[in-house]
Amino acid sequence: MWNHTKRDVLRGIVLGLGLVLPQTGWTQEPPIKVGTSMALSGPLAGGGRQSQLALQMWAEDVNARGGLLGRKVELVTYDDQASPAQTPGIFSKLVDLDKVNLLIAPYGTVPAAAVMPLAKERRLLLIGQIGYQVNSKAKHDMWFNNSPWSDAESWVGGYFRLGQSVGVKKVAFLASDQEFAQNILAGAKKLAQNAGLETVYEQTYPPTTVDFSSMVRAIRAASPDMVFVASYPADSTGIIRSVNEIGIGSSVKLFGGGMVGLQYASVMQALGSQLNGVVNYHTYVPEKTMAFPGIREFLERFAKRAVAANVETLGYYVAPFSYASGQILEQAVNATKSIKDDVLADYLRKNEVNTIVGPIRWGADGEWAEPRVVMIQFKDIKDGNVEQFRQEGKQIIVEPERFRTGDLTAPLSKARGR
Amino acid sequence: MLSIELLLEALVFGALVGCFYAAVSIGLSIAFGLLDVPHIAHAAFLVLAAYMTYLLGTYGFDPLVAALLILVPFFFLGAIVYRFYYEAFEKRGADTGVRGIAFFFGVAFMVQVFLSMTFGLDQRNVSAPYIGTSLGIGEMRIPWRLIVALCVAVGLTVGLRLYLLRTFQGRAIRAVAHDAWALRIIGADPVRTKQWAFGIATAATAIGGALLAIISPVEPSLDRVYIGRTFCVVVLAGLGSMSGTLAAGIILGVTESIVLTMFGASWAPAVAFGLLLLVLGIRPQGLFGR
Repeated sequence: MWNHTKRDVLRGIVLGLGLVLPQTGWTQEPPIKVGTSMALSGPLAGGGRQSQLALQMWAEDVNARGGLLGRKVELVTYDDQASPAQTPGIFSKLVDLDKVNLLIAPYGTVPAAAVMPLAKERRLLLIGQIGYQVNSKAKHDMWFNNSPWSDAESWVGGYFRLGQSVGVKKVAFLASDQEFAQNILAGAKKLAQNAGLETVYEQTYPPTTVDFSSMVRAIRAASPDMVFVASYPADSTGIIRSVNEIGIGSSVKLFGGGMVGLQYASVMQALGSQLNGVVNYHTYVPEKTMAFPGIREFLERFAKRAVAANVETLGYYVAPFSYASGQILEQAVNATKSIKDDVLADYLRKNEVNTIVGPIRWGADGEWAEPRVVMIQFKDIKDGNVEQFRQEGKQIIVEPERFRTGDLTAPLSKARGR
Repeated sequence: MLSIELLLEALVFGALVGCFYAAVSIGLSIAFGLLDVPHIAHAAFLVLAAYMTYLLGTYGFDPLVAALLILVPFFFLGAIVYRFYYEAFEKRGADTGVRGIAFFFGVAFMVQVFLSMTFGLDQRNVSAPYIGTSLGIGEMRIPWRLIVALCVAVGLTVGLRLYLLRTFQGRAIRAVAHDAWALRIIGADPVRTKQWAFGIATAATAIGGALLAIISPVEPSLDRVYIGRTFCVVVLAGLGSMSGTLAAGIILGVTESIVLTMFGASWAPAVAFGLLLLVLGIRPQGLFGR
């Protein structure tokens, strides 16, 4: 009697599990683990936290679609503090101890570059997210970056083409004394040289600079036709503010180029109308030529989640690319029915992947085969309203031609209505 | 070729930025210079005050009004922090310096984490009619926010100098810096005097923090930019000298500005700290120390 009852109970449990398992849709196999590290603290944490939220959203979405190969997707994430000293150890742990199946590179150039020797030595597939020339030294053939640039020319070439279109002859350079800005500066100087422009001012400033008034005065005194700036968020605010206070001179036709921060909601809201006329690079703006399938719906969902997560609410610059990094893995795994690194890498070398940041193909160096950094010009920006940046016509794409949604207004004084 | 006009502007702007350096350093001049407390968390308190200014700004308060509103809370914050430091470290005597540095480093770290978790990592800005506008004098345009920095620095220096020279409590603070035991003879409690003084120092830091928010955007990790600079100003001035702090801030600002204009911005921090080493080599007590 007792044995009979026990058997019934066991049968009930098994039946119960049988009912439960098909409801979740997962196979008996363990989850597919996707490992990465993010700058959740430290100098790149603003982007790192966005990136984490976007990847989390991708994992939730892919699981809602039934996972990968019928297996649940589980994200394994560590805080790398944007430190290149941390990332190799973290990635060794992800591979050896956490036994992750797939890897996404750390957010940011410097933390990601530190992982490349390990990835190359151990033949690991690595999907990048917003890195710049990460693979230039390692030359790992299983690296697939997810950033809309490949080299400096692809990043700021559009700015110099715009300059030439309005007859620029003299250029001034202002750049932060940090690796990324210096790389961009080197590329920009080469482009200026090739275009036969005369350099009338060049200044590299330390990251501890508090006030930019002196530099803006010196630029004004040099009377350039175009000012190229490669700066970080806090500097970008300070520079734009000083330009507004002191003036940059009527000779300047084009101002901006490589200013990080002018893509972030907090910076744009703080600067408001002071942004008018500035021309700067961007990865995505809500213009009709960039309405890739799924991106607006993603950004609407991201904005809601971002408030709760206390991260950047517009999320244009980083978040769609992090989400797309997950989509790249998803398409490769679904197409090959495999999670083997070499099989997936082979697929990605030969095929185009459709993501919310548009279709992506890779060149031999693992960078986008067709980079698409856009140059935008701020127009009709009012003070203190972050919602205006969700509208079309506020960040007009002026370069390249295939994404162009408006004409460049030059000189800067005219674009600023002064 | 450097024009006279550009050099003159470099001098003016350097002096104005120097006033800002002095204003953000003057609290440390009391805490470290007069009280001998290794206040490594000074820059973190500056950033905390900048965030409080930003917070009040979201309710429509002008940054300078916000600075006045946070004065009293920051005074009490300073008094509490000092009391804890005294009970846990200073009272026990041995190794106070090293352990004190560790304590204030921990406080700074806690402030940074608190700000990150509460406000996020995006930069925050305040707005006011004097931010983003300038005063035209001939060809020269001077940002109003730097003129505000000048006024605040001069006001703080004069106010604190008068307080320390003319009031009983101020004289007690100066006395405790020289000989705490002698202070007991006149019936004053050195510990309470130092606690009061640390409160004053933290209140002055609150004003400096509001100025910080006026001058540039703030983010939780901004203290790293100011920790070296503020100690540099205080040591260059000579420990505990209020007017010396203003003068040292201006010397630092002008030096940075001239070097930036003539040789490039990358040289500015190195030359400023080189100047500090030079002064300490010639006058170990600082430019205005006794």
